[in-house]
Amino acid sequence: MVKFSVKDLNIWFGQIHALKSVNIEVEANEILSVIGPSNSGKTSFLRMLNRLNDLYPNFKMSGSLEFDNKDIRKIDIESLRKRVGMVFALPLPLPLSIFENVSYGVKMHGIKNRNKISEIVERSLKQAYLWDEVKDRLSVTAFKLSGGQQQRLCIARTLAVEPEVILFDEPCSGLDPISTAKVEEAMLKLKKDYTIVLVTNNVKQAARVGDRTAFFLSGELVELDKTEKIFTAPNDQRTDGYIRGKFG
Amino acid sequence: MHNPQRSQKIAFFLLFLATLLIVIPVGLIVVIIIQKGLPAINWQFLSDIPRQGMRAGGIFPAIIGTLYLVIGAIIFALPIGLLAAIYLSEYAKDNIINRIIRLAIVNLSGVPSVVYGLFGLALFVVFLKFGASILSGSLTLGIMILPIIITTSREALESVPQSFREVSLSLGASKWQTIRHIVLPNAIPGILTGTILGLGRAAGETAPILFTVAAFYLPRLPKSIFDQAMALPYHLYVISTQVPNVDEKVRYGTALVLLFLVLFMNLIAIIIRYNFRKKKKW
Repeated sequence: MVKFSVKDLNIWFGQIHALKSVNIEVEANEILSVIGPSNSGKTSFLRMLNRLNDLYPNFKMSGSLEFDNKDIRKIDIESLRKRVGMVFALPLPLPLSIFENVSYGVKMHGIKNRNKISEIVERSLKQAYLWDEVKDRLSVTAFKLSGGQQQRLCIARTLAVEPEVILFDEPCSGLDPISTAKVEEAMLKLKKDYTIVLVTNNVKQAARVGDRTAFFLSGELVELDKTEKIFTAPNDQRTDGYIRGKFG
Repeated sequence: MHNPQRSQKIAFFLLFLATLLIVIPVGLIVVIIIQKGLPAINWQFLSDIPRQGMRAGGIFPAIIGTLYLVIGAIIFALPIGLLAAIYLSEYAKDNIINRIIRLAIVNLSGVPSVVYGLFGLALFVVFLKFGASILSGSLTLGIMILPIIITTSREALESVPQSFREVSLSLGASKWQTIRHIVLPNAIPGILTGTILGLGRAAGETAPILFTVAAFYLPRLPKSIFDQAMALPYHLYVISTQVPNVDEKVRYGTALVLLFLVLFMNLIAIIIRYNFRKKKKW
């Protein structure tokens, strides 16, 4: 089943042509890794999928982008973002307690029952492998947590609104190897129920967790294939060069 | 000749001197007012109406009048100013018209207060027929402090990190929910700073109330917002220039009460702000 269908997508930020004729299909329940050097358009691509790019006043797009066979611009933006969650590059807890961070989205979607909310918070924190570390201090400000814990809190916060897709924007760029391993473990488990798009600067991470891998360069999709194929016998010389660390 | 150590010492000395030049006059003003005004302060001075052509008795009606005016101005200016600030920082597109509006608001805070007084006279007293009343005076003062409140509130709202908004929106919260639950709570300390500044200005200005509310001599308390009232700054002006042979300590006592009143109101706002800052978690 196809979750996202992207056809001939071009986007601009003012004069900058950030994505050039991109065609991608994201399958349900896969982890699609997106790699590429900085400024290659991979984050811009990711932020298309929950329409976060719309926040920039000089943003323009052409082409088509469908989510569950429906034009993404025709879906009510709040319900789109509820269904397509996002975890950001830096751990970005809201200035609230641990509990309130996780329950924030749920409350915004109108759930008021306290027991229900507590249940959702506990379940989400467990899914993000954070419950055991924080269950005794849920009312503490989220800024007291370590970087790795904060990032898992952000994952729990995203999971709490029960999305169908989770977009990860370089989720481990600020984390140590052990925290990274924990986040990756969570991702692999989540694949069963969610569709995941993972933008990463870490080529090895893409190889470890991605079912398929897309390689972006200067706003173009150079190659998209099964991860083993990309990492063993890529079709394009530029892909080969990038994953071998020749540039980027 | 080139001696970085010495240049640094000279620079520090000049910076220190500049600070001193500011602190000394302010300190002197406060010291002189306290020294000359304190002997006048007693219970009768604070609680009695003016007597003997304002040469004796107390200044109670003026204290109450100023309190009413400041509270009225804040009630009027804070909600409107805050809503305007939210619109300008969160909703208004960055185009030429909105930039002109922003610039105009910043410049409005530099308009001389007597101009606001005339405006208040024309609009509230004459055109809307509120007469010279607490209502007219409060509205005039409110309009005068609106630019301060809008500008500082806007800055406070804009200083809330963009990333918080993105997180909230990415969870499917609407724009208004994001403003209401994430942006506003984190901007409150800054908004209160603007309110403090506005409050002090509203309490101290003479010109805007001159034509719109202030009574020369009214030895009773106002009964409704359509009454005239005495006010401390204007009373101070009257007893300093219009009434002969007023004892110096009465004048300085009035100034001291005005100073203390402004400080006291600022203190309340500062305490509220401090409590909000303590809760700020980043």
